[in-house]
Amino acid sequence: MTTPIAAPIESRDWLRRRSRWSPFEIMFWLAALLPFILLPTYLPLASQIAIAALFAISVDLILGYAGIVTLGHAMFFGLGAYFAGIISVRGWGEPISGLLMAGLFAGIIGYVVSFLITRVQHLALIMVTLGLGLLTYELANALHDLTGGTDGLRGIRTWPILGQFKFDLWGYTGYAYTLAVLFLCFLLSRRLVNSSFGLALRGIRENVKRMPAIGADHKGHLRLVYAISAAIAGLAGGLMAQTTNTVALDSLSFERSADVVVMLILGGTGRLYGAILGTIIFLVARDQLAGINPQYWYFGIGLLLMVVVLFMPKGILGFLARIVDRSK
Amino acid sequence: MAGEEIVLRAEALKKNFGKLEVTRDVAISLPRGARHALIGPNGAGKTTLINLLTGQLKPDAGRIELEGGDITGLAPAHRVRKGLSRTFQINTLFPDLTPIEAVTLAVMERERTAGQFWKRLAAHGDAIEESFTILDQLGLADVATRTTRTLPYGQQRLLEIALALATRPHVLLLDEPAAGVPKDESAALFAVIAGLPSDISVLFIEHDMDIVFKFATRIIVLVGGGVLLEADPETVRSDPRVREVYLGHGHG
Repeated sequence: MTTPIAAPIESRDWLRRRSRWSPFEIMFWLAALLPFILLPTYLPLASQIAIAALFAISVDLILGYAGIVTLGHAMFFGLGAYFAGIISVRGWGEPISGLLMAGLFAGIIGYVVSFLITRVQHLALIMVTLGLGLLTYELANALHDLTGGTDGLRGIRTWPILGQFKFDLWGYTGYAYTLAVLFLCFLLSRRLVNSSFGLALRGIRENVKRMPAIGADHKGHLRLVYAISAAIAGLAGGLMAQTTNTVALDSLSFERSADVVVMLILGGTGRLYGAILGTIIFLVARDQLAGINPQYWYFGIGLLLMVVVLFMPKGILGFLARIVDRSK
Repeated sequence: MAGEEIVLRAEALKKNFGKLEVTRDVAISLPRGARHALIGPNGAGKTTLINLLTGQLKPDAGRIELEGGDITGLAPAHRVRKGLSRTFQINTLFPDLTPIEAVTLAVMERERTAGQFWKRLAAHGDAIEESFTILDQLGLADVATRTTRTLPYGQQRLLEIALALATRPHVLLLDEPAAGVPKDESAALFAVIAGLPSDISVLFIEHDMDIVFKFATRIIVLVGGGVLLEADPETVRSDPRVREVYLGHGHG
């Protein structure tokens, strides 16, 4: 794709083509509707996947696009989950406003934390994210009256969506709701990565040293994307609280922070769909492997992760994209 | 020379790395539209001086003024936004971006529109057009949509300059713009530099004396961290001290 160009209009078209919707994308989102018809018994799993995929997208924005490696992003997932859960326990079970507030809350905390995050790099950055995650976990554990501590939060009741659609036992409403939120947040993220801001994030990832030399306030960019990412993670957590009516400490756990990075690396970073694909593979593999042997299912995940990292350095989606490019 | 408007002025700049004095009481002044060269043997502190002027390093003492305003304590990005840009001796580009993307980014950072995450990049037509004009001016129009890492080295050197130009500098500091470029190509590269708008003041580091004498209207000779001499090319060429410490054999 290196055809020379002769006019500014053409380079503008070239930039526009890069953000155009491909048939693969449309097919993917249509396929996301299939569980309603083909796999109704798997709808709760499908909701779980949609929630985890949303969480993985939030991590992709900072890790895949801006190059912030994090091992503590469950902090924002859990904050959103507890926020949505607690306001429901305290009497406000309206899902949409509750969810928006949960996302906003996580986003505000994310913005505050971002001032610390942008001060450190490399190993220190990973340790700071990890440390903040652990702090939040123990804080939730200690605030027993508010969070229920190790017993988890009890008494969450989520009202019907728009006063019409009750959350049913089979998960029809749950999946429709999570899929709609996932799709909207995906649209926002897709626009973000195809905007000038997305370009600035790629600039930071490509060469952070050059950014000040072109007059960029790159730390400001990083703070903004971190807050947006935290808000999206908070929405994912809020969705989990509302669709399962339970929030426990595991929503803030290190394991959740680590799993989401594994999902992202399996699928491929910096392409949004990698986050979704990685989540599907991870959770379906877990579902199937746990069916075979509930005790040792991480063995299979570990094997898969090593195969991907060793033979597909850009993740499964990056590998597939290369095959498609070659066959053109 | 009286009455000339000084755009960039440094006074009594000092910088030590441990006990090593890398910048000793340096004073320079760059008038508007200047084409000045900064020369000196290896280790004379030329790049350090550029790093001090642009804020990558903090001076231990001294003062730097840009168009009359004190910028000594400003962060590098802030100086760039005030009109002081630089290029790097070793390519400091965005390897995975295309030139049109990289230069558009620089334009949008200047216009403070880079943070608009809700608007598609392709919708910023003016910035893309301006970026293309800059690339065209430097002869990079044909490779505007090629990934930077795949470009020939000489074109990457030009992209260094394109990125700096996109910030609309009043003062441009070029750290060995032709470093590593074959001699025949470096003349072409300096022809581009000579053709820059006449209101941009340029200070460049260069080792090739033929190029220095051809393109510089004035030469600053830096030796051991201090200014040995600042004069027009003829004076520098015939100065015995310069011959001794710098030109040495081959030009003798």
